[in-house]
Amino acid sequence: MRDPCAHCEEMMQPYLDRILTEEEMVEAEAHLDECESCRRRYRFEESLRVYVRQAVNEQMRPELKEKLAALRIPLE
Amino acid sequence: MTDGATVARVDADPEEVEGAQRLAAGARDRVRFEEDALALSDQVYRVARHLANSREEAEDLVQETYARAFRSWRSFQPGTNLRAWLLRILTNLNIDRGRRRQRAPQTQALEANDYFLYDRLAENGDGISDEEKVVERLSQDDIVSALSAVPHDFRDVIVLVDIGDFSYQDAAQILDIPIGTVMSRLHRGRRILKRELAETATEEGV
Repeated sequence: MRDPCAHCEEMMQPYLDRILTEEEMVEAEAHLDECESCRRRYRFEESLRVYVRQAVNEQMRPELKEKLAALRIPLE
Repeated sequence: MTDGATVARVDADPEEVEGAQRLAAGARDRVRFEEDALALSDQVYRVARHLANSREEAEDLVQETYARAFRSWRSFQPGTNLRAWLLRILTNLNIDRGRRRQRAPQTQALEANDYFLYDRLAENGDGISDEEKVVERLSQDDIVSALSAVPHDFRDVIVLVDIGDFSYQDAAQILDIPIGTVMSRLHRGRRILKRELAETATEEGV
């Protein structure tokens, strides 16, 4: 019998990417419900993704916005 | 400004009227295209900022992207994904800039386990039990510098999928690579990112 935590780890990235089939999802969630250690790790990976997404929130300078608008092709 | 054609005089040459109407319709489509494209500029910039190595480079890339987009607006098919179309121009320009030469994809072995970063951060966490707090042991700067240390081929897919919110399918189309390659690069890229973060954590004694 395969190690359920190792299997759960394999499922994690596809789970967070929401590409598991319904059946696989039910299976993964059943394990997460009963295994605290996997659950913590999943939660960590999930918050890491959110964190990475937020880390890159640098705004464009307004000057660049104006330059882009100026690139429009004038009407004849 | 484009209404000249609709006030054509009754005695005007029908062919001339038709031509003018066509011109007006084309101008209207183009103005709409340009406005739609400009409305997406924040998102385009965000992706550019992480594909490029500096803010200046990102700004140049975005300007080149819009200059090219405005010139070749006719090749955009209305009703398809304009953001993906713009980002495809952006990634192509980025590749044209010769960045492929910068670094060969990493071949060294990566940690076999996907949880090493968590394990690394949690072990020094003084009993911190909240996973979100564990993540916050890293600074936002740590994330930015770790991401820029990920080789381009891998960084591109992470930026598009994890930051730009594109599907695997869209990312495959934008980068012009098979969807299987998107998945494998994503898998490997995320591990490289985590390894970089784990190294930063070690250096900083986090």
